[in-house]
Amino acid sequence: MLRNSRTERLVALVLVAPFLAIYLLAFVYPTVQMFRISFTDAPLIGEGRWVGFDNYLRLDNDPMFRRAVWNTAYFVLMTVVPGTLIALLVALGVSRLKGRFQAIVLALFFLPYILPVSVVYLIWDWTLNFQFGIAMHVLDWLGISRVPVFKSRVWFLPAVAGVTIWWTAGFSILLFLAGLRSIPAEIYEAAALDNSTRWTTFRRITWPLLWPITSLVLTIQLILQLKIFDQVYLFSIGGRPNDNMVLVYYVFQKAFQQNQGGRAAAVAVTLFVLVVVVSVLQFQLLRFAERRRR
Amino acid sequence: MNAMAAQRWNLWGGIITALTLVWAILWAFPLYWGVISSLKPDDEVVRPYIELWPETPTLENYIDALTTTQIGTWYINSVVVAVGVTVITIFISMLCGYAISQLRFPGRIALWWLILASFMVPTSALIINHFVLVANLGLLNSWAGIMLPQLIHPVIVIVYKQFFDQVPKDFREAAVMDNASEFGILFKVYMPMNWGVTTALSIVCFIWTWNAFLWPFLSVTRTEMMTITVGITQVNDAFGVYYARQLSAAVLAGLPVALAYLFFQRRVTEAITLSAGIKG
Repeated sequence: MLRNSRTERLVALVLVAPFLAIYLLAFVYPTVQMFRISFTDAPLIGEGRWVGFDNYLRLDNDPMFRRAVWNTAYFVLMTVVPGTLIALLVALGVSRLKGRFQAIVLALFFLPYILPVSVVYLIWDWTLNFQFGIAMHVLDWLGISRVPVFKSRVWFLPAVAGVTIWWTAGFSILLFLAGLRSIPAEIYEAAALDNSTRWTTFRRITWPLLWPITSLVLTIQLILQLKIFDQVYLFSIGGRPNDNMVLVYYVFQKAFQQNQGGRAAAVAVTLFVLVVVVSVLQFQLLRFAERRRR
Repeated sequence: MNAMAAQRWNLWGGIITALTLVWAILWAFPLYWGVISSLKPDDEVVRPYIELWPETPTLENYIDALTTTQIGTWYINSVVVAVGVTVITIFISMLCGYAISQLRFPGRIALWWLILASFMVPTSALIINHFVLVANLGLLNSWAGIMLPQLIHPVIVIVYKQFFDQVPKDFREAAVMDNASEFGILFKVYMPMNWGVTTALSIVCFIWTWNAFLWPFLSVTRTEMMTITVGITQVNDAFGVYYARQLSAAVLAGLPVALAYLFFQRRVTEAITLSAGIKG
C-alpha cells in the first residue's frame, strides 16, 4: 500500500462516525438504560430508587404477566408453524407457474405483506365486521351463526393469528421460492425418470433440500411473532385489551398507561432475553446444518 | 415413464395449478373488497347482500376523507419521515459498510461483531428508553423524534459490507495508484458499481419506515404530527361509522407502498431476500 495507514485510519473514523454516533445514541444507550431502570422503581420519565431484583420477582406472582406470556405463546403456536406450512404450500404451487403469470400470482400473495399494519387492520375489521362484513354474509349463507370475532374472547387471538398469517406469509413465500429455485432441475428430471410419485419426490428431494430455508423461515417467524403488538393493539380498540394481553402490550401498558417505567423495563428485559436466546439457538442450528451439508 | 403415469402426472399438475390460482384470488380478495367498498356510496356499503361491483361508483369517500380529516398533513409527515429515514440510513450505513469492508482500522472487528449482534435485539423491547431519550431531547411530537430510533438498520450495513467485499481488490488499488482520494474512490468507484443494491435497499427502507406503527404511535400525541399509518387508526370520531370513508383512508395510506412494490417488484423482492438471507 502506498497510502500510509494513519490516513486510512482517519478516513475510516470519519466514515464510521455518523453510523456509530447514531448507533450509540439510539441503540446501545437505550439498551443499557433498559437494563438499569429494570432494577429501579422509576416512573416512565424520571429517576427511581434501586430495588434490586424486586421487579423481576414480582413478575412471578403477577397474573397479568402470566396471561401475557401465555397469550404470546398461544399466538406463536397459532402463527409460526401454520403460517410456515401455508407459505410452503403456496410456494410449491406458485413455483410451477411460468413467467409473467407467475409474477402476477406471486404479487397477489405478496401484496398484503407490503401494506402497513393499520391498513391490514382496517381491511379485516371491515371484512369481519359483525353487522356488514362480507365474511358474515358468507356465514349466513352457510347457515352458521355470526360471531363478533374481535369482541369475543375465544375468537380474538385465533382471528388475529389468521390475519397475521395473511399479512406476513408473502415474506416466507418469497424465501421458499428462492429456495425452490436453487434446487437443480436435473434432480427432478431424474426422479421423473424413476417414475417416483409426486409425494415421494417431495419427501425425498424437495423437503430435505429445502430444510435450511424452512428452519430460517421458522425462526424468523418465531422472533417476529414473539414481538406481537400492533395487531393486538389495533383490534382491541374499543374492546377489552386485558383479555388479550401479550408481552409487548404489557410493556406498553405498564410504562405508558400505568407510568411504571421500572416494572415495564423488567418485562422488556424478559422479552429481550427471550428473543436473544432464540436468535442464538437459530444461529447455532444453522451453523450445525451448514456443517452437516458440507 | 409410461404413458399412463405421465397422464396422471399432468392431470394432478393441472389440478394443483388451478387450486393455486383459486387460492391466490381468494387470498387477495379482502384487498379487492376493501378498495371496492371505498368506492361505494354510504347506503350501498351497508346493504345486507354481496355486491362485487358498486352500483354507482363514487369518489365521494375519498373527497370526504381528504377534506374532513388531517390526512393531507399525515401524508406530508409520512413522506418527510420515510424519505428522511431512508436517505440518512442508506448514507450512514453505506459509509460504515464501506469502511468495514475496505479499510483497516483499530476496532474494525469489534464494530462488525457489535453490528451483527445487534441484529437480534428486538427494538420493540426498547420502546420505554427510546421514549425517555426522545423526551429528554425534547423531540416528542416532532419529525426528528419519529425518525431517530428508526435510523438503526444493522442489516443495511451488513448487506453493503458484503457487496463491497465482492468488489475485486484491484479496483481500489488502481484507484489508490491514481492518487484518488478515499472519498473519491467510494463515490466514483464503489457507489456506481452498487447502484442496484442501493436502489433496492432504499425502496425497502422506505417501505419499512412508511409502515412503521409502534414507535410513531408512541412518540406522537398531537394529531397534526401523526404519520398516516397511525393517524387513520387514531382519529375514529372523524369518521364515525362511515366505513367507506375509513376504507378510503386506508387505501390512501397503502397506495404509496403498494405502488412502490408494483413498480419495483424485482428490486423489492431482491432486497427482502437479501436482508433475510443474512439472518442465517
